Amino acid sequence: MDPISIIRSRTVVMPSSNIDTDQIIPARFLTTTTREGLGAHLFADWRYDGAGASRPEFALNRPQARGCQVLVAGRNIGCGSSREHAPWALLDYGFRAVVSTEIADIFRSNSLKNGLLPVVVDEATHAWLVEHPGAEVEIDLPAMQLRLPDGRAVTFPVEAFARHCLMNGVDELGYLLQQADAIAAYERRAV
Amino acid sequence: MTAKTLFEKVWQRHVVVPETADTPAILYIDLHLTHEVTSPQAFSVLRSRGLKVRRPDRTLVTMDHSTPTDTAQIFGGKPIALESAAQQIRALERNCAEFGLDLIGLTDERRGIVHIIGPELGATQPGKTIVCGDSHTSTHGAFGALAFGIGTTEVGYVLATQCLLQRRPRTLAIEVQNRLAPGVAAKDLVLEIIGRIGVNGGTGHVIEFCGPAIEALSMDERMTVCNMSIEAGARAGMVAPDETTFAYLQGRPRAPQGEAWEQAVADWHTLRSDAGATFDRTVRLDAAAVEPMITFGTNPGMVAPISGRVPERPGDAVFARSLEYMGLAPGDSLRDKPVQVVFVGSCTNARLSDLEVAARVLTGRKVAPGVRMLVVPGSQQIKRAAEASGLARVFTDAGAEWRESGCSMCLGMNGDLVAAGQYCVSTSNRNFEGRQGTGARTLLASPATAAATAVRGRVTDPREFLD
Repeated sequence: MDPISIIRSRTVVMPSSNIDTDQIIPARFLTTTTREGLGAHLFADWRYDGAGASRPEFALNRPQARGCQVLVAGRNIGCGSSREHAPWALLDYGFRAVVSTEIADIFRSNSLKNGLLPVVVDEATHAWLVEHPGAEVEIDLPAMQLRLPDGRAVTFPVEAFARHCLMNGVDELGYLLQQADAIAAYERRAV
Repeated sequence: MTAKTLFEKVWQRHVVVPETADTPAILYIDLHLTHEVTSPQAFSVLRSRGLKVRRPDRTLVTMDHSTPTDTAQIFGGKPIALESAAQQIRALERNCAEFGLDLIGLTDERRGIVHIIGPELGATQPGKTIVCGDSHTSTHGAFGALAFGIGTTEVGYVLATQCLLQRRPRTLAIEVQNRLAPGVAAKDLVLEIIGRIGVNGGTGHVIEFCGPAIEALSMDERMTVCNMSIEAGARAGMVAPDETTFAYLQGRPRAPQGEAWEQAVADWHTLRSDAGATFDRTVRLDAAAVEPMITFGTNPGMVAPISGRVPERPGDAVFARSLEYMGLAPGDSLRDKPVQVVFVGSCTNARLSDLEVAARVLTGRKVAPGVRMLVVPGSQQIKRAAEASGLARVFTDAGAEWRESGCSMCLGMNGDLVAAGQYCVSTSNRNFEGRQGTGARTLLASPATAAATAVRGRVTDPREFLD
């Protein structure tokens, strides 16, 4: 995992609330045993019609969406299935942050584990972002700030340990493995 | 001593290292359920880092999601139709052999949907922490366990360390007064709850379902309610264990036996929220007012009584788009909506009592012409029990398909699909766009409603058949 510091990008906006992980990556693409290549199927049923042709009206299919690394989504993005294939697909496609007023628990946890930054902002900031698709934003993880093009900065919460891991490009497994003695002591005591 | 909630008691018992401002708590996991879809990449991480599975004895592995339900593909030697699913199943077999894990494999008589066999085997017990790479792990909370879904990275953490890093969630009490009326199911109750608090109403919280209506539920019904906690966005759902819980578990293969059983029950009696324990939030509702429910939209919070109509939400573009997908309009009646498919199955509603209620409706009746009905038992043990008692004959005589156990039509990844544009009344848990197949239109309901709908070929209030 690459360390994250500051993400500068234009936004893609998908204002729908409750975008579930079945939309992000439909179940038929989960019969894979690797995490690579899922970006091709990201939002498959919204991106393509039944014949496999691009739906031009869908946000990701608009020319200005190319290269955008920040997805602004409606309230409660990532609800539903715990499939980690959802952040894998978003990352493989090129996204590095998801901004919403509320992000579903398991999806947020999975995103943090893979270097996809979940950014929860207030309603007013979110409304501005939705009204300005393609806005150039700066997401500063060390400062926990999202900066809008007019210079306004809003802070967003990131759990302290997850932030440490993201900024250093390490996962939590190394830390857990270091706790082997405490775990063994717990097993002797309680299990 | 301060009064504690059930959740706090279970949480505190499992803290290996307490949380600080800088680090989450390290939480010990008693039981790790594993299946073919969300584990391969976790085993790859273990392999690449030279790690072992810390506690194979606390890891229960089976296959259910991408596994076919066609008898010929399970037992008849016919190749698994979906090649990618076959590869995933073989990968799980290889991973279990390599890491020394017992696998409840394809033809094992104990196999079934992971959230159904955990309780059935007695592995799910009060006070345990239980995780699985599947959001419906919340099901096991019905026993007073703290059970929640995790992603594949965390599956790897649990395999390697038997622990997870967790911040303590908030608590939400859902207190249900009175009793459900005859013909109204636990499924209707949980759909009513989700409709009321919303699909994000439980985000960040562990729900404790309590009150007389919950205490009156069987274990199967409590599992249905806890199963759908995640559909309200909750981390987990729990019910305090009681005599109903103990009676269910006693004598099951992985439950404590003999003296250990007595000790366990004495301990489990302490697993209830103390009088005066405080919750971050409390929601109250009246079970007696709940009617048979059905969803009309593309998330489980878009739900109404079968007697009701699709509501109006002027100016709500997401709502309008959802109705467009469903081919419905505000003001449409839900009752009598023609359907093409009926699915009885899934970790929500594929236990023996679910099949019994569906069979009660179908006895001596036929599935309506033009309707395909699929009945998929939640486990092979349930299948055999239903075959022995004659339930299976009721389904096949009525013209329904009777399958091997698995997730089946709950999610379109194992060959059991609803075609684009078709309406399916389904006892599963999600009506998301495309969940049952691209373009499929799912109407979530109870097993009784599903069976009554199959008979009429139209959405039907099951009380017409059950009274």
